[in-house]
Amino acid sequence: MSSTTNTSTQHTSTIGAIGAPSRRNTELALLVFAVVIPVFAYANVGLAINDQVPTGLLGYGLGLGLLAGIGHIVVRKFAAYADPLLLPLATLLNGLGLVFIWRLDQSERLQNLAESAYGVFTPSAPKQLLFSALGLALFVAVVVFLKDHRILQRYTYISMAVALVLLVLPLVPGLGDDTFGAKIWIRIPGVGTIQPGEFAKIILAIFFSGYLMVKRDALALASRRFMGLYLPRGRDLGPIITIWAVSLLILIFENDLGTSLLFFGMFVIMLYVATERTSWIVIGLLMSAAGAVGVASFAGHVQARVNAWLDPWSCYENSDACYQIGQSIMSFGSGGVLGTGLGQGNSDLIGFAANSDFIFSTVGEELGLAGVMGILLLYGLIIERGVRTALAARDPFGKLFAVGLSGAFALQIFVVVGGVMGLIPLTGMTMPFFAAGGSSVIANWALIGLLLRISDTARRPAPAPAPNPDAEMTQVVRP
Amino acid sequence: MSELTLTVMRLGFLAVLWLFVIVAVQVIRSDLFGTRVTQRGSRRENARPQQAARQAAPPQQRGQQPAASGGRRGRNAPTKLVVSEGTLTGTTVALQGQTITLGRAHDSTIVLDDDYASSRHARIYPDRDGQWIVEDLGSTNGTYLDRNRLTTPTPIPLGAPIRIGKTVIELRK
Repeated sequence: MSSTTNTSTQHTSTIGAIGAPSRRNTELALLVFAVVIPVFAYANVGLAINDQVPTGLLGYGLGLGLLAGIGHIVVRKFAAYADPLLLPLATLLNGLGLVFIWRLDQSERLQNLAESAYGVFTPSAPKQLLFSALGLALFVAVVVFLKDHRILQRYTYISMAVALVLLVLPLVPGLGDDTFGAKIWIRIPGVGTIQPGEFAKIILAIFFSGYLMVKRDALALASRRFMGLYLPRGRDLGPIITIWAVSLLILIFENDLGTSLLFFGMFVIMLYVATERTSWIVIGLLMSAAGAVGVASFAGHVQARVNAWLDPWSCYENSDACYQIGQSIMSFGSGGVLGTGLGQGNSDLIGFAANSDFIFSTVGEELGLAGVMGILLLYGLIIERGVRTALAARDPFGKLFAVGLSGAFALQIFVVVGGVMGLIPLTGMTMPFFAAGGSSVIANWALIGLLLRISDTARRPAPAPAPNPDAEMTQVVRP
Repeated sequence: MSELTLTVMRLGFLAVLWLFVIVAVQVIRSDLFGTRVTQRGSRRENARPQQAARQAAPPQQRGQQPAASGGRRGRNAPTKLVVSEGTLTGTTVALQGQTITLGRAHDSTIVLDDDYASSRHARIYPDRDGQWIVEDLGSTNGTYLDRNRLTTPTPIPLGAPIRIGKTVIELRK
């Protein structure tokens, strides 16, 4: 009967793990799509404003295509099994952001405003393109040089120190740059200003995941039950109190509501994911509410923002904060459902920070509700892919890290979009990939690179098992 | 620029933006349901009937095949073997008069990825009348037909579960 193998192999489904597809071709197709859309938008803006296709169209399209192509080739070579959606989504958002910044550069109102304030108007779009290229370079560096995200785990406490230093830097006299009400920039002579908080976001996520991975059991299990909530022991509560205090200090000394909210929120999200205890969310919400109320009643800068949020129309005439919020809300309103069309809105009335903090108002006016929802869904998809990566990751550090990064990303979008729409008090934060701001673009490209690296590790099929099962012992069933 | 062109471009842009979102969601969807169990054996045979015919019958079995197809292929003759539990769940093998060997060895017909299976665990073959027989090949943990451990080659009733380690197979029409 041994002669049967010939026949039988033909009918055999020798099933191992079905080879997971790398999906790089899907990514490439989506990338092409993601480059074409901003080019279309760019042509549309040019036709609407200047009645002609902008002269830089070819250069812009080729530049964006080149960036996307480099990113794709690097991912194909160094992270072949990474998530297929993250790179196209980030490319599309970055490309659309460039178009919107260029569109606001064309506004005469903003040009005059800049000339009267600084004496000279410099367009932001070329700078932003340069920063996008730098961001992509950092993305490439992360994907190429970080072979395994678990290496970062070794630098848990170092990253804590680095993050704290980065956060404190803007307060150092001579280095800090207090131009726009918040002390979140540092000025490096010859280079320009840098916003260290954006980078601290990523580095703090490393610390949080490394720390929580070790302490999660103590935090989850050693707790007393009180009124239906599991209250942790005092010594386990220490770190969260510390983070809370640090974020409050940032808020007080740097006048930066957004960053402090971001850090504290990210920590609470990661704590919840690590311990699965709802009580942390309740405690976190209570603490942030207490902190916000406390600071809002003392710091004048924050107080003005809160007043502008509560009733922008009462102080519309005499306060810049109220004026901006009011104009932003009117932008969203006049956009309606389908928008006024690219280049045909009046969102430049917002004036200062129209292309950074308030860039989403331009989206609201010119693309309408449909466009706003589309863009928000693009962000939502990035977050979904991040959380999906966390679910797929096999190591606890990678899980927490991916959750932390996508949670921070989500919080940042919520804080910015909620701020310009008047849902929450406005905080000076940048819309990732969209808003003009070098640090933000560069840091967020690094964030995407890290997520790609984790997802590559998570989705890569497990290496083939030992080649010869004949040599292995059969396990004996014991009754 | 004319009003009409701009309106068309405005709506076109929104449409393209949403198209991208929808395509992206489709990619996620195919990611979620990415694994399919395909019956590779049968499909391959359909695709290459000539080759299948050429390889189908080594000399020893030529005599059996008419018997299997002619004599007892009545209403109750099983036509396929189905793995109903274990890592290979969903695999089917067409029964065409050939012996099917089961075990962890690579040359088995069904290679079991199962710590509780032996290298050459059991075999299933048709006897002269075309009745399918299962025989344990001296395995460590034994082969069970309907909860009874096999000691001798035993005819397989249609649909009776044969348990090998964590894997359960049965014959179906």
